[in-house]
Amino acid sequence: MQLFRCPFCGLRNETEFLFAVEAGHPRPEPAESVSDEEWARYLYLHKAPKGHAREIWLHVTCGEYFVLDRNTITREVLSSEALPGIET
Amino acid sequence: MQKYSALSLVRHALSGHKNWRPAWHKASPKEGYDAIVIGGGGHGLATAYYLAKQHNIEKVAVLERGWIGGGNTGRNTTAVRSNYFWPESVALYDLSLRLYEGLSRELNFNVMLSQRGMLIAAHTPMQMEICNRIANAMQLNGVDGELMTAEQAEKVVPLVNQSAGARYKCMGGIWQGRAGVARHDAVAWGYARAASSLGVDIIENCEVLNLIIEGGAVTGVETNLGTLKTERIGIAAAGATPGLVQQVGCDLPIHTYALQAFVSEPVKPCLDTVLLYLGTGTYLSQSDKGEMVIGGGLDRVPTHGQRGNLPAQETVLSGMLEMFPAFGQLKLLRQWAGVVDVVPDSSPVIGPVGPEGLFINCGWGTGGFKAIPAGGYLLAHLLATGDHHEISRPFDLDRFTKGRLIDEAAGSGIAH
Repeated sequence: MQLFRCPFCGLRNETEFLFAVEAGHPRPEPAESVSDEEWARYLYLHKAPKGHAREIWLHVTCGEYFVLDRNTITREVLSSEALPGIET
Repeated sequence: MQKYSALSLVRHALSGHKNWRPAWHKASPKEGYDAIVIGGGGHGLATAYYLAKQHNIEKVAVLERGWIGGGNTGRNTTAVRSNYFWPESVALYDLSLRLYEGLSRELNFNVMLSQRGMLIAAHTPMQMEICNRIANAMQLNGVDGELMTAEQAEKVVPLVNQSAGARYKCMGGIWQGRAGVARHDAVAWGYARAASSLGVDIIENCEVLNLIIEGGAVTGVETNLGTLKTERIGIAAAGATPGLVQQVGCDLPIHTYALQAFVSEPVKPCLDTVLLYLGTGTYLSQSDKGEMVIGGGLDRVPTHGQRGNLPAQETVLSGMLEMFPAFGQLKLLRQWAGVVDVVPDSSPVIGPVGPEGLFINCGWGTGGFKAIPAGGYLLAHLLATGDHHEISRPFDLDRFTKGRLIDEAAGSGIAH
């Protein structure tokens, strides 16, 4: 069983966490000038990086989203931090 | 190609089995090809075979980073079926099942297709309603699917847990009689042998480093064995596909996850069908050797590593024990994982991408094995004609921009 570090709760069981989205995927604005291609890119397209990945995860039990740095081959967790502007 | 037959077995037996020749030719790369297929799994090898057989394009290379059939083709639970919901999916997967039905004869290689039927078991009246809906959809789409009652199901899978304390009693479900299992390695080897005999170069230990693009069109690939020229490239590389097409500036709607499977020690025949429990998400069948072949849902952590994690193992195996308490005595022989390419609507991506001459066949997620003949057939059609076959058109990448998703995860309500 792997442990992930929630920036708010500390080390917790991996089953408490949910992968949300790859980091650096801002919602395109303003909505009325977003093309279908841009919207599809935001909703669906990913990098699925092999190796280092920077991802947004949800700690389901405390309800906080945060940034997790991982290696997607070895599953090693490199760091976890709160989203920018959020105090832990 | 040496033709395999009962007579050839006898002849080789009489000569002490000393004259068998390798089933396929290990080629080294030539300078240029009419088409290059990246990925020597089932889909890639089938693509090369149909290019040569259906479209008379024989100057074809299949480039495989490791050994043929060593990826997900050799790591799955070998189920083949077409019990899907949407018309587009049924057309696709039933094309595959129909090709499977004639495959051993066509390839002169026994892929050991065993159409032993598959039961998707329901446990509540609501699930039975969903099963009824899917069975109706299957019949409207022209494939064999029927609703099975609890009594009928009990005859098909007599060992399932129907005790008073069972959490998931089987109330019946959907039955597809044409579903079954096939020998996964034989599918790769059979296509490789048939393609090789038609002149296709199958090149192992050949890793593609770069796609070469000039003037907006494909002109070749750079590999660890040198540069090969071609104007048409088909990628059938499952979880490695996003990394390849990102080189030409294209992202795909794909996340990669590990999918685990398990095999028990062999026991005498006790399960002669494929069984999926909606309640546990676990499915299993018994191999011809007697092993229980067990699978379930995805791991929840995106990964490129071909190994599973413990929570998913626990879910799958506890599910199996709920279904078959008697199997608690079995020892597991092996456990493994493959990296599967999962698309939000649980349907594959087939079609052109990026520069002219580049086509992909990926996103099969947990269901790639059953789709090998169709995936190869349709990618070959794209490579040969430059345009979609009518069956692959709905699965084009443009469905994400148009919002025309083919949502099989919600549509059929079963694990893929």
